[in-house]
Amino acid sequence: MWRFIGLRVLQAVPVILAVITVTFFLVRAAPGGPFDSEKAVSEQVRAALEARYKLDLPMHEQYLSYLGDLLKGDMGPSFYYPGRSVNDLIFQGLPITAELGLYALLFALIIGCVAGVFASLKPNTAQDYVPMSLAMVGICMPSFLLGPLLVLVFGIWLDLMPISGWGSSPGDKVLPSITLGAMYAAYIARLSRSGMLEVMNQDYLRTARAKGLPEHVVVLKHALRGGLLPVISYMGPAFAALLSGSFVVETVFQIPGLGRFYIQAAFNRDYTMILGTTVFLSTLIVVFNLLSDIIAAWLNPRLRYQFRN
Amino acid sequence: MMKSTGLMRLTILLCFLLTACSGGDSESRVDAGNREGVMHFGNHGEPQGLDPHIVTGVPEHHILTALFEGLVTKNPYTLDIEPGVAESWEISEDGLTYIFHLRDDALWSNGDQITAEDFHWSWQRAMSPALGSEYSYMYYAIENAELFNKGILDDFSQVGVKVLDDYTLQVNLHSPTPYILQLFDHYSTFPVHRETIETFGSATDRLTEWAREGNIVTNGAFVLTEWQINSHLRVEKNPLYWDADKVALNAIVFYPTENQTTEERMFRDGQLHRTEEIPLEKIKAYRDEQPEVTAIAPWIGSYFYMFNTTREPLDDVRVRKALAMAIDRELIAETVTQGVYSKSTALVPPGTLGYNPPELFDFDPEQAQALLAEAGYPGGENFPAFEILYNTHEDHRKIAVAIQQMWMKNLNITVNLVNQEWKVYLDSQNNMNYEVARRGWIGDYVDPYTFLGMYITDGGNNKTGFSNARFDEIILNEAPAELDRDKRYALYYEAETILLNEMPILPIFTYQFKHLYQTSVKGMPSNIMDYYNYKYVSLESDDSEG
Repeated sequence: MWRFIGLRVLQAVPVILAVITVTFFLVRAAPGGPFDSEKAVSEQVRAALEARYKLDLPMHEQYLSYLGDLLKGDMGPSFYYPGRSVNDLIFQGLPITAELGLYALLFALIIGCVAGVFASLKPNTAQDYVPMSLAMVGICMPSFLLGPLLVLVFGIWLDLMPISGWGSSPGDKVLPSITLGAMYAAYIARLSRSGMLEVMNQDYLRTARAKGLPEHVVVLKHALRGGLLPVISYMGPAFAALLSGSFVVETVFQIPGLGRFYIQAAFNRDYTMILGTTVFLSTLIVVFNLLSDIIAAWLNPRLRYQFRN
Repeated sequence: MMKSTGLMRLTILLCFLLTACSGGDSESRVDAGNREGVMHFGNHGEPQGLDPHIVTGVPEHHILTALFEGLVTKNPYTLDIEPGVAESWEISEDGLTYIFHLRDDALWSNGDQITAEDFHWSWQRAMSPALGSEYSYMYYAIENAELFNKGILDDFSQVGVKVLDDYTLQVNLHSPTPYILQLFDHYSTFPVHRETIETFGSATDRLTEWAREGNIVTNGAFVLTEWQINSHLRVEKNPLYWDADKVALNAIVFYPTENQTTEERMFRDGQLHRTEEIPLEKIKAYRDEQPEVTAIAPWIGSYFYMFNTTREPLDDVRVRKALAMAIDRELIAETVTQGVYSKSTALVPPGTLGYNPPELFDFDPEQAQALLAEAGYPGGENFPAFEILYNTHEDHRKIAVAIQQMWMKNLNITVNLVNQEWKVYLDSQNNMNYEVARRGWIGDYVDPYTFLGMYITDGGNNKTGFSNARFDEIILNEAPAELDRDKRYALYYEAETILLNEMPILPIFTYQFKHLYQTSVKGMPSNIMDYYNYKYVSLESDDSEG
């Protein structure tokens, strides 16, 4: 097991290095620079700005100096927000995005698993079709539509919920979490349904039923463990996707999270910020994939056996 | 059996979740704000920073005018200059020397006295080439400022800013610049607190943390108390401000509302007193149903297309004129933009402090066709296809589509539309890599120069290839030296006539700003600068809207 983890961590290093390198050169290759604006700036001003951000150095020196700083944990000053470092900005936005992602994931897990398991109990009946059709709608509904829709119904018509903000009034975290989690809930519902269907007809469940266990024990104790495996391995990438994909929800609900920084950085050509967030998020994705592999291995003895060899 | 209970449980759970967290019964933010004198201000974007010598945007402007005060301020109703840190000033006969008398009760927010030396030091900082201030050109009317800013002159004592004593500042200009007082109300000339800046690093290092919450020292009617990036920024009344008695608001909270639709919903939900925008598709509804909250008024900004005059067929002025005459601006303004932009056939918006631009042409398809035929393309035959470039935005697309169709219909020529993301679009313009491109320009101050100054030969903002010796002579030498306003305007009129006859640009609209204000907001009148002076603003709490 440790060897497996060690190996995966080692594999992650070249991946992240590749991400840094590609991003570094791609953002610089994009037309338009951080100091282009509608009003022309004089040569002197531009030169002063470029010197301050080391853009006057040859490309390879910029790259090496960036890598050096990164090794020390310094992601550099933001180009767009003078006086703020990328580290500051990321760690200001991250807790909020993480909290939002966590709630969304919880929502997705609860709704998704309940609906999926529920549907799998009576396949090809109304009990299956209704939640699965809803899941299909959930997958197809983009968050820029679902968000405003929820706001309109619960925020403005029914006046039950705050329509924007994060932590500034009670309940303002509900709608964004649901909006962000809905699509994942739908995926999880489908995953857990198919996972459950696969195990429901297996011998060990027939044995369990044969020895007279009540149905809820059969489902909850024996079937779930195997049936939810696909959901578990989906959770790692899902959480990473929630963290990096919350931009739309953050914009619709005015949430000061990382996603907004990420997109704005790209529009502003905030080189260090684009790099910082990309590197940071790709590291997170690698870590979460690793974690979900470990959990899956821990739950599934067959995989564990593979790792050992 | 199982099915109904399961579904029911789910529903109950959801309902519980929703009602448990309900915030619906409480007082809205706007009502609470009216009671407490706290204004909630939709501010379009997150401010890049609060260093007045570094930032350049509108959201920053809204905040900086609350935090700082320059030598003078403006009356929001008339845009007349009013005393700021300077309680009075004298202007020499020749219009070249200004002597400002600073009030002795103007304090920094930490209690320090504001002196003439503060301005001297601040302006030296703002003009330093090492700081790289993008607005440093605002100082160029001052003697030798441009040389100092460009690094040609190292000695700041030769620049026309002199401290006569603690409370007297003398400013020498290289030419009488009648609008100079307006510039002393622009944030790029605001004073900054030397000790604070030097505590956090070198005066000309733009990356220090002096302008962050907890560090910054200011001199305006409000002080910064909270700044959570991408969430909100709060300023509170400054008890040390010299005119604090006149300030009615206790606090202003600025929200970065990049998303217009979200902003409008927040307004509707009673979370904002003022919005930066009204979504185009909602304008009609607001105008019809709630005119009392809708403010749409002319702004000192122009929406136009520019021609790359170095490319065929646009290098022919007859072609440019034909294109300009083949657009029915009134129709587009009415249908596409819901009447929020108004037709314009010149570069300078009309009514710029009494200046009215020449009207040299109008929608005239016959003459347009004649001109096109004269240029060698009768009936649009053999006219090479070209592209209209605009930055990606729904409004720009709609306008471009309308113009595309009008050119097709009136001139029988085909053009293609190309949209580019903002920075790419800027890059294309800077490299003259376009044929026709959309452009917008908002004046920095109320004077035709802020528009016409763009089109001097090889000017950084020109980007059209336009060059005219007489135009340059007026803009650079004759008009700045003219003291009499009417004569100066006559010169500008002549310059703009040259510009429109050569037509490197195709005027389309004058901008209008579009804001929503709750009816409780008083003292934020519409003016051509879209300028606020928060000293004048108050909130009425006993509003009948319930």
